[in-house]
Amino acid sequence: MKIRKNIAISENGFIFNPMTGDSFSVNETGAFILQKLKDDESEETILQNLMDEYDLDTYTAERDLNDFLSMLKGHQLTTNE
Amino acid sequence: MNKRKITVAVTGLNNIDSPGPGIPVIRGLKESESLDVRIIGLSYETLEPGIYMHDLVDKVYQLPLPTAGSAVLKERLRYIVSQEKIDVLIPNFDAELHNFIKIQDELKVELNIATFLPSQTIFDERQKSELGKFGEKYGVKVPESHMINQVLEIRKLEETLDYPMVIKGRYYDAYIASTYEQASTYFYKVVAKWGYPVIVQEFVTGTEVNVTAIGDGEGTCIGAVPMRKLYITDKGKAWSGISLEDDELMEISRRVIENSKWRGGCELEFIKTKDDEYYLLEMNPRFPAWVYLANGCGQNHPEALVKMALGEEVQPFTDYQSGKMFIRYSYDQIVDISEFQQISTMGER
Repeated sequence: MKIRKNIAISENGFIFNPMTGDSFSVNETGAFILQKLKDDESEETILQNLMDEYDLDTYTAERDLNDFLSMLKGHQLTTNE
Repeated sequence: MNKRKITVAVTGLNNIDSPGPGIPVIRGLKESESLDVRIIGLSYETLEPGIYMHDLVDKVYQLPLPTAGSAVLKERLRYIVSQEKIDVLIPNFDAELHNFIKIQDELKVELNIATFLPSQTIFDERQKSELGKFGEKYGVKVPESHMINQVLEIRKLEETLDYPMVIKGRYYDAYIASTYEQASTYFYKVVAKWGYPVIVQEFVTGTEVNVTAIGDGEGTCIGAVPMRKLYITDKGKAWSGISLEDDELMEISRRVIENSKWRGGCELEFIKTKDDEYYLLEMNPRFPAWVYLANGCGQNHPEALVKMALGEEVQPFTDYQSGKMFIRYSYDQIVDISEFQQISTMGER
């Protein structure tokens, strides 16, 4: 899963989807994941980074990451290319 | 750079909560980098706020109501040009366009006023009542629409159209009806305000997206900017909106403008469905009230229209900025009664 090319993400976690006109704010963890997606990191790498950064167990990190990714998909912010 | 001085007359000075496009058009013209524009405001009502906006409107004349007809309109314009020259006139109301289209050639020949309007044929083709044929002819999906003159016809339409259905006036107003009772109430409401026929339209679910566009009348789309409303008033008017980046919507819009050889400004209203399909709901034959957003995105459509009206070749805009927002506000002007008196009694100020 990748972030759509034209999605604008600011450093403070503000996201703008120019296709739909929707805008969102995410917290620090959300911004962390988005940055990794933008850097073309794989989901496995992001999961590991999340566990390391926030000292999480695999189950919690995987659940939270999947929740967040499906939310991004629901808002048409991602692409599978 | 020396700016060329010209005079442009503009209608639609009703900058109220359901605003006309006049003031946004004027703002675009005032920001032209090559034209120094003197504005003649043309008003219908004495309380149109634009009449009193001295920083935008240099001189104002009242016009006869569109129902008075094109001959009376021409006589009034003849008087106005006896007072001062008008290079270009931009009408901005749906209801007045018919008259202006009818006399556009006479205005040019007899009064030397240039306009940039579509022909009556193309103007009629995109009428709400003709939307089905328009969609078929120019390759754009449209919701199923029917024109009716009797309330009982709704019963017959129930055989092909499911509720909710949309009940629309020939110029303005649209109501969503979920039952026959609601539909018949809206039918009479629309008739009382806009007369016959009433348009009954299939309700298409999705997100409304609008495009302000301008065509050169030769099959070229000179500019187009898409927008999604972010905040809507109780009258369904955008109070805030944001420019979008949507290649497919732009491609469809350009196709409509180019295939129909649209001449002048217009607004295309679409519904984007969940399956990313676009349905054209309406093509309004003049700039929308939010046309100033196009200027904010890098496309000054009113300026382009004036240049084309003056016979200049205008290159199509190739780019615009997405993520630009407009946010309207209301503002109380303080006006002395003497000024109101002047426009009320003399018909000009």
